[in-house]
Amino acid sequence: MDFSYSEIQQMLQDSVQKFVQKSYDFKTRSKIIESDDGYSKENWQLFAELGWLAVPFTEEDGGLGGSAVDLIVMMEEFGKANLVEPFIATAVLSGGLISELGNGERKSELLEHLVTGKLQLACAYAEMGSRFNLAKVGTTATVQGDKVLINGKKIAVLNGSNADQLLVVARESGEDIDVDGISIFLVDAASEGLVINSFTNIDGKKSSEIVLENVSVPASSRLGDAGSALSALQKIIDRATVSVSAEAVGAMELLLQKTVEYSKTRKQFGTSIGTFQALQHRMADMFIECQLARSIVVMAAMRLDSAESDLEKTKAVSAAKSRVGEAIRKVGQESIQIHGGIGMTDELDVGHLFKRVTALDIMFGNADYHTERFASL
Amino acid sequence: MNADFTEEDLAFQDEARSFLDSEFPAEYRAKIDASKRLSKEEIVNWQKILYKKGWAAPSWPVEHGGTGWSQIQKHIFETEMGLIGAPEPVPFGMKMVAPIIMAYGSEEQKVRFLPDILESNVWWCQGYSEPNSGSDLASLKTAAVRDGDHFVVNGAKTWNTYGQYADWIFCLVRTDNTVKKQEGISFLLIDMKSPGITLKPIYLIDGQPEVNEVFFDDVRVPADNLIGEENKGWTYAKVLLTHERTNIAGVPRGKRRLRALKRIAGETDDGFGNSMMDNQGFRNKLASIEIELQALEYAELRTLASISTGKAPGPESSILKIVGTELAQRIDKTFVELAGYHCLPYVPEQFEDGFQGTPLGPGNSAAAALTYFNNRKASIYGGSNEIQRNIICKAVLGL
Repeated sequence: MDFSYSEIQQMLQDSVQKFVQKSYDFKTRSKIIESDDGYSKENWQLFAELGWLAVPFTEEDGGLGGSAVDLIVMMEEFGKANLVEPFIATAVLSGGLISELGNGERKSELLEHLVTGKLQLACAYAEMGSRFNLAKVGTTATVQGDKVLINGKKIAVLNGSNADQLLVVARESGEDIDVDGISIFLVDAASEGLVINSFTNIDGKKSSEIVLENVSVPASSRLGDAGSALSALQKIIDRATVSVSAEAVGAMELLLQKTVEYSKTRKQFGTSIGTFQALQHRMADMFIECQLARSIVVMAAMRLDSAESDLEKTKAVSAAKSRVGEAIRKVGQESIQIHGGIGMTDELDVGHLFKRVTALDIMFGNADYHTERFASL
Repeated sequence: MNADFTEEDLAFQDEARSFLDSEFPAEYRAKIDASKRLSKEEIVNWQKILYKKGWAAPSWPVEHGGTGWSQIQKHIFETEMGLIGAPEPVPFGMKMVAPIIMAYGSEEQKVRFLPDILESNVWWCQGYSEPNSGSDLASLKTAAVRDGDHFVVNGAKTWNTYGQYADWIFCLVRTDNTVKKQEGISFLLIDMKSPGITLKPIYLIDGQPEVNEVFFDDVRVPADNLIGEENKGWTYAKVLLTHERTNIAGVPRGKRRLRALKRIAGETDDGFGNSMMDNQGFRNKLASIEIELQALEYAELRTLASISTGKAPGPESSILKIVGTELAQRIDKTFVELAGYHCLPYVPEQFEDGFQGTPLGPGNSAAAALTYFNNRKASIYGGSNEIQRNIICKAVLGL
């Protein structure tokens, strides 16, 4: 039993921390969010050079090993940075699916472009009525000779506006929520019939809604076998779920730290508000929430890296996301409350961290959804 | 990063499991599964079985009869005990007074007291709290006045668990009124048979006299029974409070009770033709308990790994105490919800030896409310959960 970081994990942690200290303060981040791209290309290139984009992938795929524990160490720091660069969308989700389902030269070429920072990707899985059910796919894919016609509407497509290629989840057969019949297609963002409506999310990340109207792609753009992509999608979403849980752990610890610091400096009634027991115990509870969230995320990441069954892995992921979601609500809300009025303002980073963790609670299923999923397994 | 046991630890786990399987008496296990208390004789007998195996005092140093186990091995043993419901050693002798005697007692005191604790020949109880000294323990007033080679003790102690079984009591007593309250306290061992001691049982809301008030009326205690130096008792007691906090989280016991909850839920009609296990709301409740147990388990393992590398157990033990007791109480409450009407009859004697009547309610459902009531104590004793939060604020958050 050993919960200490390996050399590579320590290195990752150091390098993200250094980057944040040097080039990712609150003002810089705000400017990046206001920019047209909504992320910094310069930063992205740096991430590639530092090897961060290779972290989610096995050595076989040209990555650094692909361990979930490595990933959460980095994600936690990204959470503290409140990073808006599309790491989850491009590297974890889309890259993960290519690594799972792709093959041959195309796969190695795509992944090489991804880890060298040349390729931006987005994964379009969610729909208006799907909520968190990955099998609820109304978007259709119809084979016509050596082409496939895709029709439908996708929502919550992180990085949709910057993606060179989209991974579109579509149904080739079956109905409504059948687990069979779901495929994933690689669609060029410039394809005819594709309308991408982009915006910024509550947490500063770029996202899109995408309408596909008779978008025609070669049949060879299908990743993996026809109609059997759901299990790979589930597996990668599970990985992304643990990743955003770790991101939330980082953001929550920063929220706690900032709240405690503020309570020591803010004076009312002639004393710092941190001396009031009514506030002290709430901060103690925030600390406990952070510790439990960290513990269960570590558990889930270790489980993903283990030889346990897929069922055990899925259960661990849902356990983690459920518990982290609960922590997010408590830590997020208390941070604002203890800061008082200043916590409500747009000029303070605390509110932005609160918005980030709120978004992370929703991503890939909120606490209630994952509790129920855990109960059903 | 990994949470794996070594080959050696796994072999030890097997050994512990098979020992407990064969040596923990089946009738004790049946009683515990039926929510009945073990008698004093049964508890002592179980302790002596452990003693014969050489496993009575895992937390003691080898020179005094400890096992020499690593932190991980201790954890494994506690886990295996908890999973089958085998009672931990009564803490007052083994875990509370013994470490203080070892650290601050004289050689004579060690020889005189430790072997009987190890062999469970003598039952100890704790004399800390007083009617007017709860969380503010250092305000205690029970006085010990030096008279030649004796102390004369006057005052009252309370919340004295199982004092009715006890042969000896270890007490914090006031030996100096003129200094800061923490600096006038001494640590005294007192024979319960001493003239002037009277015991008054306190019946708790579950109907059991689990605790007592102990009155001291001119009780003469040989000065040889003073531990360490006079007026240093508070320091000794404080060291103990951060000591021995392993297994405070109660994860194995929680797992065992969650299994029982699931089993009983499957057997309990929801009144609409299904079992309570088919009730989505109730199932989600069980799921969230199971998830909390996992979070707690890994919080404990992280603490354990850090202690194993030689770090002192710090305020982490406060987290484990708070979360462990609050989760146990959540489980208690869930048993009550599951039992419904069946936990309303207040017939505590049906859980005692020699009960001749017909047990009320299916399974142990009639015990659910009693357990729920009794275990409200968990967030109050051992430094209330509010005191634990104060510790976190001071030691971790610097508030």
